[in-house]
Amino acid sequence: MPVLPLNEKENPLSSAPEVITDVARESLLAEITAALGDRLAASHLRPADDLWLRVRTDAWKSSMRTLRDTLGFHYFCFLSAIDWMPSPFGRGEDDPTEPAPVRDTTIRSGYAGGGTRMQVFARVVNPATHVGVFIKVDVDDAQPVLESIHDVYAGANWHERETHEMFGIGFDGHPDLRNMYLPMDFEGHPLRKDFPLLARMIKPWPGIVDVEPLPGGGVEESADEA
Amino acid sequence: MSLTDRLLGDRQRLAYIASQAADSRLNVELETEGMTLNIGPQHPATHGTLRIIARLDGEQVVWAEPSCGYMHRGYEKLAEVRTYPQVTSLVNRIDWLGSFANEVPFILAAEKLMGVEAPARSQHIRTILFELSRIANVSLFLGDLGVQMGAITPVFFAFRDREYVLNLIEGATGGRFHPNFDRIGGLKDDLPKGWIAETKAVMKKLRKFCDQIDDLLFGNEIFQARMRGIGVIPRDVALQYGLSGANLRASGVDWDLRRDQSLPMAWNKADWKVWTHPDGDSYARCWVRLQETRESTKIVDQLLDTIPSGPIMAKVPKIIKVPEGEAWVSTENPLGEMGYYVVSRGELGPFRVKIRSASFNNMSVAPWALRGVYVPDIVTILASLYFILGDIDR
Repeated sequence: MPVLPLNEKENPLSSAPEVITDVARESLLAEITAALGDRLAASHLRPADDLWLRVRTDAWKSSMRTLRDTLGFHYFCFLSAIDWMPSPFGRGEDDPTEPAPVRDTTIRSGYAGGGTRMQVFARVVNPATHVGVFIKVDVDDAQPVLESIHDVYAGANWHERETHEMFGIGFDGHPDLRNMYLPMDFEGHPLRKDFPLLARMIKPWPGIVDVEPLPGGGVEESADEA
Repeated sequence: MSLTDRLLGDRQRLAYIASQAADSRLNVELETEGMTLNIGPQHPATHGTLRIIARLDGEQVVWAEPSCGYMHRGYEKLAEVRTYPQVTSLVNRIDWLGSFANEVPFILAAEKLMGVEAPARSQHIRTILFELSRIANVSLFLGDLGVQMGAITPVFFAFRDREYVLNLIEGATGGRFHPNFDRIGGLKDDLPKGWIAETKAVMKKLRKFCDQIDDLLFGNEIFQARMRGIGVIPRDVALQYGLSGANLRASGVDWDLRRDQSLPMAWNKADWKVWTHPDGDSYARCWVRLQETRESTKIVDQLLDTIPSGPIMAKVPKIIKVPEGEAWVSTENPLGEMGYYVVSRGELGPFRVKIRSASFNNMSVAPWALRGVYVPDIVTILASLYFILGDIDR
């Protein structure tokens, strides 16, 4: 693997902006494109970094099977989801006495694009070459259900349970989608961006108020007495 | 035709059928209903608050299901309202025995997004502290291993010698358990005076400790009887479940993220070996960890001799804003592959952080590995898989 000088500006050897080529990943991408065919919706390659793929939602499971059986990605790293909508609560640092600010909640996807608010993504690695890929898949907003891949990668079982609980995404064919962490009667899906972080909601962010008024009187009064 | 049919003559077959019938009658008379055994959440064998529900048939496990969530702290959600430098104090607490190693991949991911590289000196010191936290972590595992089987002595040795390493980490960082020492662009401080000589002396002690554990535990007949051939995880199962670290290498997969990827760290500047074991049983997993501890002491020794001079911090702005992008960095932590998938929107804090912790995957194999084993083996298999609850629940 080529060693990439991360900070090109301070590296005296790279005076001109050097174009980094990543032959291994480029040929891998060509191989994947050939194997997945029209199931591959988009791809994104960052040389000497990583490779992102996006597959069609209806071809999620079959694509994973192809990746494992044909392309040798036997190692299952993780599976999770991203909610691309920016949080309407910001960082939970609003002053509760002020009217809530209006925030931009337009949905903007990351690498390899996408058309929905929620995306499930997974990473699998080829243990022979040690090269991994990310596979993203769009999840329908109205009906967030995907095929379960626990029978392709057995390790996905727990990861799908976690994703189901945290994002409210269903996995068709999963044997047991019980909650892993939260009580079964817990309402809401905590890692969705529209789920408020309650710790920041019930108590105002201490950065807002610098001086706490003394009990029984304002700050100015106590200053006068002194 | 079954095997018994082929081997037996007619008379013998009749006798066999009769004996089978007698056995089944006896079984009906002595019929014991299956029993559900609850282990934990507060059980000394479970390294924290893991609960295991096991369905038993006599002494054998029909199925076993770990039940997590007693220590879920929601770091992925909390990270969304923290700034980048604040996140390290959260992720410190994921695997609390090797805290410094948790910070490194997150900082590396942020540095990758920013296009900053730490100076060579701090890369070196980072690697040394990373390996020290591995030694501190795994030496406790090695001592604790004996306790799971009723051998009390090794744990005292382990706590004694781990203390030396924790003192070193405290000397360099100021924190015994949660250093919070890694910064985007370098480290908080340089090493204190006299630290290098002290570390070398401790590494000598740790190598002696490894030899002691080798003699006391790994050569022990009871230990071998309880570990060899128990909890075998074949190579393809290990890969499918995403086992990592020593658990994967004990199943014969030669893969170490310290060696097999290029990171701005100093592992490639030392001469060391990746140990694997073909067996995949409990003994193999423990043995690989023991060898890894020895290798770690070697790495630390070599890196101490070659620390380059220079600054420990790269030039980074005071208020850190990370440019938009997505980055993934995983390192070979004491428990296995630990990675962070950081999505940035060009703000003060991350947009989304996915924490891929090693123990979560390592534990997800437990329902598979525990099926059909005897009750006392539950303890040894879980001990050899080596998980830390904070690392499962996050």
